[in-house]
Amino acid sequence: MSAFLSVRDLRKTFPVSRGLFGKPELLHAVAGVSFDVPAGTTFGLVGESGSGKTTIAKMVMAADEPTSGGIVIDGSDIATHGKAERFAFRRLLQPVLQDPYSALSPRMRVDRIIDEPLRIHRTYSSKAARAERVAYLLDAVGLPASAAQRYPNEMSGGQRQRVAIARALALEPRLLVLDEPVSALDVSIQAQILNLLRDLQDRLGLTFLLISHDLAVIGFMSTQVGVLYLGRFVEVGSKETILSDARHPYTLALIASAVPEADAAPVTGEIPSPLSPPSGCVFHTRCPVATDRCRQEVPSLRQLKPNHLVACHFAETTRKETRNA
Amino acid sequence: MSDLLRVENLTTWLATESGIITAVDDVSFSVRPGRALALVGESGSGKSMTCSSIMRLLPASGHIAGGRVLFEGEDLLAKSPAEMEAIRGRKIGMIVQDPMTSLNPLFDVEDQVGEVFRYHLGDRSRRARRPKVLDVLSRVQIPAAEKRLGSYPHEFSGGMRQRVAIALNIACAPKLLIADEPTTALDVTVQQQILALLRDLQRETGMAIILVTHDLHTVQRFCDEVAIMYAGRIVEQGPVAEIFARPAHPYTEGLLRALPQLGGQEDRLPLIPGQPPSLASLPAGCRFAPRCRRATDLCRTEYPDWMATAGETRRSACWYADEVLG
Ligand SMILES: Nc1ncnc2c1ncn2[C@@H]1O[C@H](COP(=O)(O)OP(=O)(O)OP(=O)(O)O)[C@@H](O)[C@H]1O
Ligand SMILES: Nc1ncnc2c1ncn2[C@@H]1O[C@H](COP(=O)(O)OP(=O)(O)O)[C@@H](O)[C@H]1O
Ligand code: SF4
Ligand code: SF4
Ligand SMILES: [Mg+2]
Ligand SMILES: [Mg+2]
Repeated sequence: MSAFLSVRDLRKTFPVSRGLFGKPELLHAVAGVSFDVPAGTTFGLVGESGSGKTTIAKMVMAADEPTSGGIVIDGSDIATHGKAERFAFRRLLQPVLQDPYSALSPRMRVDRIIDEPLRIHRTYSSKAARAERVAYLLDAVGLPASAAQRYPNEMSGGQRQRVAIARALALEPRLLVLDEPVSALDVSIQAQILNLLRDLQDRLGLTFLLISHDLAVIGFMSTQVGVLYLGRFVEVGSKETILSDARHPYTLALIASAVPEADAAPVTGEIPSPLSPPSGCVFHTRCPVATDRCRQEVPSLRQLKPNHLVACHFAETTRKETRNA
Repeated sequence: MSDLLRVENLTTWLATESGIITAVDDVSFSVRPGRALALVGESGSGKSMTCSSIMRLLPASGHIAGGRVLFEGEDLLAKSPAEMEAIRGRKIGMIVQDPMTSLNPLFDVEDQVGEVFRYHLGDRSRRARRPKVLDVLSRVQIPAAEKRLGSYPHEFSGGMRQRVAIALNIACAPKLLIADEPTTALDVTVQQQILALLRDLQRETGMAIILVTHDLHTVQRFCDEVAIMYAGRIVEQGPVAEIFARPAHPYTEGLLRALPQLGGQEDRLPLIPGQPPSLASLPAGCRFAPRCRRATDLCRTEYPDWMATAGETRRSACWYADEVLG
């Protein structure tokens, strides 16, 4: 199966200066990331704050330029796009972001919010046709037709997220980039939005790039999962592999934090500054089973079995050892 | 063992744009020394208002309309503002989601922590305070604390700031620590560290903890008892293990099922339809009725009394608690 979205050795480096006169240093926000997302599937990116999730999403959305690497969408390399092509391509990809409130302008009526992209892209010529499309979209996301006349500030977080999803669907996109779509919502509302997203994916054949720090959300939604740490993958595999046969100590720690009865050793400390990533294995400063070798030698992202990549020198034995550590 | 804190029929009003709402409605629970009580519920259900009422730190629009807050047998609601000042930070500590709320950005760590000893214990000399400051910083596991004494809050990571906020609030060995979503803003691995730290401190000192959270995994991992709030009221309470194994209220049951399980293979999550009611326009009868698949006419007209279920330790505000329990 050919991938709808294909990302190759993607990198993003930000020059940041400390203080007024400091020489700019390079911050490697994304340090060489590759993955494929077949049409109709969900790729889940999981990692803690600052691991580079949003930076990857922005580059995929062409909202930010990669420092290097390639992004191929539906067979077309987006780096080669001119202005017109980029505008047309934007229809294929739509973002749904964490905070439905800031994503929607509070003083714009819901029907205007949803049909704005239709007006910008001049998809439907008549007002009546647009109104019909809006009604269809509201229904698709489970909102009553009367919601069209309301304003976001009169709605709950879950309803606002439905409006944001309706707007994202307006131009019949093929890929939704979902950056923490439920993390601002309460548990009972989260489940509603997650079910809705899965329904829409089945019905419309959508491809999802899903970003979340919550492994349970990632596990529920994803086909394939990539675990990010300091801008690089430490483990990539099918959802089943990641949830039941993870080998990287960082993945094991994330799993332990989501399963009350798991007994992996907790990781110590916090994520180091991406301005000065640790030598050797970037995780060694927090890893419960690190050795001297880890401090010197960078572990490559190697294949442990088909469709399972792990960047750890000791991937074969970590499951046993983190438990005893 | 007798209760350290006993909240009885606490009711708090808030003046809002849409009129007066009852943010905390007839809330009762108790906490014993050395135990951790979880207060869970969706946002707006009244968890933080319950805590601020106990601490007497309500916003200007708030008013405690009734009830008692018995701490070591004395009603905090009857204390003078000065008496409350002496209790806060000394006998009852409180940490919140954003540690910067507890911290003063203009003072370095030594002065912030030292101030607690000066204010509550009358330690006047900076030099005499230093070992105590270092001791409490090491108890919250700030690495190389002696090197961080001169650091300011903005120079710390989120997790380290929360550790400093905890240090301020445990410095005087309080009997009770109220933690209102202390880890919500932190990364998952750091959340685990902060919870483990609170657990260790609790074991060491025997202090009681009220942990406010919306994360059911945290409740299960960390707490002994749980009180579940919905639209200003507690709908179910009792020992965590029992309630998670056999909920006696349809709301609890729904929440537990709606949570995605790691490794679960289901295509759709069993969900609670609808959304919580606005406190400004509550339904008659049971507040959960519009979302409850078991609701009957009785539920829609009359608020359920407490049903004692499964013995004395558990309570559920549901007409059909015994059926839910199965
Ligand atoms: N415009 C920018 N200039 C400089 N540094 C940036 C910029 N954008 C992001 N970064 C840095 O790049 C790294 C990755 O950031 P990113 O926003 O992608 O993280 P994230 O995984 O989305 O985190 P979160 O979970 O907090 O949303 C961080 O260290 C961040 O501070
Ligand atoms: N400072 C405030 N002023 C007015 N209303 C408030 C304030 N804080 C909270 N409320 C209202 O009180 C109710 C309970 O809120 P809160 O206790 O903060 O809930 P929780 O902590 O469970 O999310 C909500 O309706 C909320 O909007
Ligand atoms: S390579 Fe070493 S430090 Fe890195 S994750 Fe594996 S064991 Fe830990
Ligand atoms: S009292 Fe009725 S409506 Fe309320 S939770 Fe119980 S069954 Fe549902
Ligand atoms: Mg982000
Ligand atoms: Mg709160």
